[in-house]
Amino acid sequence: MMKTFSLLPKKAGVSTGAARTMLGTLLFAISTPALAQSIVITGARLAIGDGSEPIENGTVVITAGKVVAAGAGVAVPAGAKTVDAGGKWVTPGIVSGFSRVGLAEVPGVRETNDMRATKSPFSAAIDVAPAINPFANPIAISRTAGVTRAVVAPVAATSIFAGQGAVVDLGADVTPITKARAFQYVEMGEAGADEAGGSRAATVLTFRMMLREAQEFAKAPASYDGRSRDALLNRVDAEALVPVVTGAMPLMVHVESARDILTVLSLRQDFPALKLILAGAAEGWMVAPQIAAAKVPVITAGLEDLPSSFEKLAATQSNVGRMVKAGVSVSMGLLTGDDALQLRAATQQAGNMVALTKVPGATGLSWGQALRTITSAPAEAMGLGDRFGSLKAGKAGDMVMWDGDPLEMTSAPVAVWIDGVAQPLENRQTKLRDRYATPTEGAMPKAYEW
Amino acid sequence: MSAGGKWLLIAALLAGTAGPLAAKREKEAAPPSQGSSAEPDNPYPSTYKPYPGRPTVIRNATIFDGEGGRIDKGVVFLNEGRIVAIGGPDTPIPADIAVFDGTGKYVTPGVIDIHSHLGVYASPGVDALSDGNEMTSPVTPHVWAEHSIWPQDPGFGRALANGGVTTLQILPGSGNLFGGRSVTVKNVPARTQQGMKFPGAPYGLKMACGENPKRVYGAKGREPSTRMGNMAVDRQTWIKARDYQKKRAAGKDQTRDLGMETLADVLEGKILVHNHCYRADEMANVIDMSKEFGYRITAFHHAVESYKIADLLRENGICSAMWGDWYGFKMEAYDGIKENVPLVQQAGACAIVHSDDQDGIQRLNQEAAKALGAGRRMGINISDELAWTWLAINPARAMGIDQQTGSLKVGKMADVVLWNGNPFSTYTRPEKVWIDGALMYDSGNPKLRPVSDFELGQIGAGDVK
Repeated sequence: MMKTFSLLPKKAGVSTGAARTMLGTLLFAISTPALAQSIVITGARLAIGDGSEPIENGTVVITAGKVVAAGAGVAVPAGAKTVDAGGKWVTPGIVSGFSRVGLAEVPGVRETNDMRATKSPFSAAIDVAPAINPFANPIAISRTAGVTRAVVAPVAATSIFAGQGAVVDLGADVTPITKARAFQYVEMGEAGADEAGGSRAATVLTFRMMLREAQEFAKAPASYDGRSRDALLNRVDAEALVPVVTGAMPLMVHVESARDILTVLSLRQDFPALKLILAGAAEGWMVAPQIAAAKVPVITAGLEDLPSSFEKLAATQSNVGRMVKAGVSVSMGLLTGDDALQLRAATQQAGNMVALTKVPGATGLSWGQALRTITSAPAEAMGLGDRFGSLKAGKAGDMVMWDGDPLEMTSAPVAVWIDGVAQPLENRQTKLRDRYATPTEGAMPKAYEW
Repeated sequence: MSAGGKWLLIAALLAGTAGPLAAKREKEAAPPSQGSSAEPDNPYPSTYKPYPGRPTVIRNATIFDGEGGRIDKGVVFLNEGRIVAIGGPDTPIPADIAVFDGTGKYVTPGVIDIHSHLGVYASPGVDALSDGNEMTSPVTPHVWAEHSIWPQDPGFGRALANGGVTTLQILPGSGNLFGGRSVTVKNVPARTQQGMKFPGAPYGLKMACGENPKRVYGAKGREPSTRMGNMAVDRQTWIKARDYQKKRAAGKDQTRDLGMETLADVLEGKILVHNHCYRADEMANVIDMSKEFGYRITAFHHAVESYKIADLLRENGICSAMWGDWYGFKMEAYDGIKENVPLVQQAGACAIVHSDDQDGIQRLNQEAAKALGAGRRMGINISDELAWTWLAINPARAMGIDQQTGSLKVGKMADVVLWNGNPFSTYTRPEKVWIDGALMYDSGNPKLRPVSDFELGQIGAGDVK
């Protein structure tokens, strides 16, 4: 499949759209039969992803792309072809709670980077979904590592509001979008102050005024001008913030410091319908009771423990464990960079939460809780917990079989399914690896080895 | 939040196998004088003194000695700052000494990070503390990283407690072709950088090829703006350096030039070249350049394409200091693969795992584990104990300090980590860390957790982090 894609740009006269349709037909033809079949795994060391601990000798049944049952003593449907995992680990697919995957092929190469639009007249209305490239190599590389879904956020460029993020799957097909316009993303910390003109006071005022303009738009769309000298939002951006202010669309707020978290929670006094998600929250542990009381989910970096900025003075790796202990729903994602590339770091983040349980004075997570932060918790934070994120009945058939403990860095997937479809585990990196398994050239140059 | 900032900071230093440390310069005793090339031998000397330790024995631990050896149920005996004994369960140890039971635990030499910017790109990452790249000229061999180090960077303490890092090389950034001198430090808190400096460690020279210099100076509308420009400016500089070095060696009068002093020392094998370079083809060009001008490259840093030319690197005795799995953040990192480290190892070339990152330095053991697992999956069967050389004797050799540290050999500095499990597991953390025999971190003792001046009195000071 990757080979087919690599040829596409060379075909003169084939538009990108036409090429994708052609490839899509090919992929769909491959994947359709699998949808109808049942996948039955037996003898697995099985983790459901809901926070429960792994069980031995587990069975998973997936039919028509969805989980039918998973656990111990699950009945195997008559006539179904079963695969004996032989004690291998089986988990739900890994979910990145925060990323920019698919928005850049090479983040440092501007032409490939669709994360931010510094010269666009639009902000809140920007929708990342059409920019997500299902053929981006980081998607294939992440998939090979067992990542099956991801939250994808835009980067703020001209306003505190960055635009509307998406939830995607990482399948080898042409339909990456699980949910478009899944949330609005806003900067309310140091970066927000910068976007708002230079201070946090300006950030809060800007936020309030923009949401009021959205309310005005909602009341009378036809009369909303958006072009007067006083207007902060053009018509398109105002319209995009209407579902935020009504609570129909979650608002993901990036803040790190305890004081900024409190500010954000207090915004509900004026805008009670806001459906908040906190992203970052490096100092969340300091105000964990308030976050828990507000029932606001948190997506955080997990391993951040340095005062890398003044808004993270109290950062600690125990942040996740302390917030979970306080009753906060915590997910992990790529809040500290490499957000388009290293989604596979999720298992490392989770494994280190387990490590903390052995460090005196630290607060970590049990293995099952740790897995939850990179599977069902991010799905629930996005309001999609009924659709994917665990191996409970009715959820998407996103599943990974591993050659070892999934949270160990020496382990890797041996099989990955998304929506019940077995996924290819090859990618550009595995091809490079194979080509250079012996570095010296043979009878012909390396370029002929493929 | 974007990945954009990170790669700008990725500077690479190159380090290599230990170059021959030439005999002390003849004129070292002469006082520096205006108009003369005579220079002081060591104007910013180390004031580091090992902290007090007590005789310490760990027994029943699994030991990776850092040179590829493994001892099960092993015994290590530290005294007066040195490793006094190491061996199997029958190793004789004096009575009346406190003994730590290492059952189920592992002992390794302290982790050495050959590529760090702690102190020069300190936390918090504000402009006022951004001192790693003197990007006002592509040729700045006259700057010394030690003059930028802020010893209060909280990152040092995290690298100790979470990463078991006992020695680091601090490098200037990679914005320039010649970035300046690196310095090797012990990971001990100190009031001054001199208080951290590794006694007797040779200096390094940070060089960079590829995208960074051409981007930085191309954007300023000046040379270099291309890779050929990079090489041309490098070569012109080496011509001047050779001229300076010849005059200096001949005792001829010339005005001191700090940059030329550094380069002359490289040409005389006293300073080790640490060359940031990603692409295989560029590394090959740089190797030829080193032969053209008669200097040695100790190590290529980042070296994401070393796996393509591992044979060439082995033949030239050049180390590769690599990440576990970084890739694709910029064009020259596009071909990064997880198997880079094991492929270099398999080819018989020198492999090192480095961080270049204040977070990564806290988990170099896990970065090595990524590479180890990827190698094994492609059939490269590297043992755990051999893989530990990537964090121990290999970087020590490339930093010219392998006679003092980098492995658990009798007589060496007692730079030791007791891990609470197999250090290649994500579930494992340092339990105790000794530097020169002094217990500098103990996970069971909250007071043995360094709190830098910056964090003192702040929220979260003294937290487990």
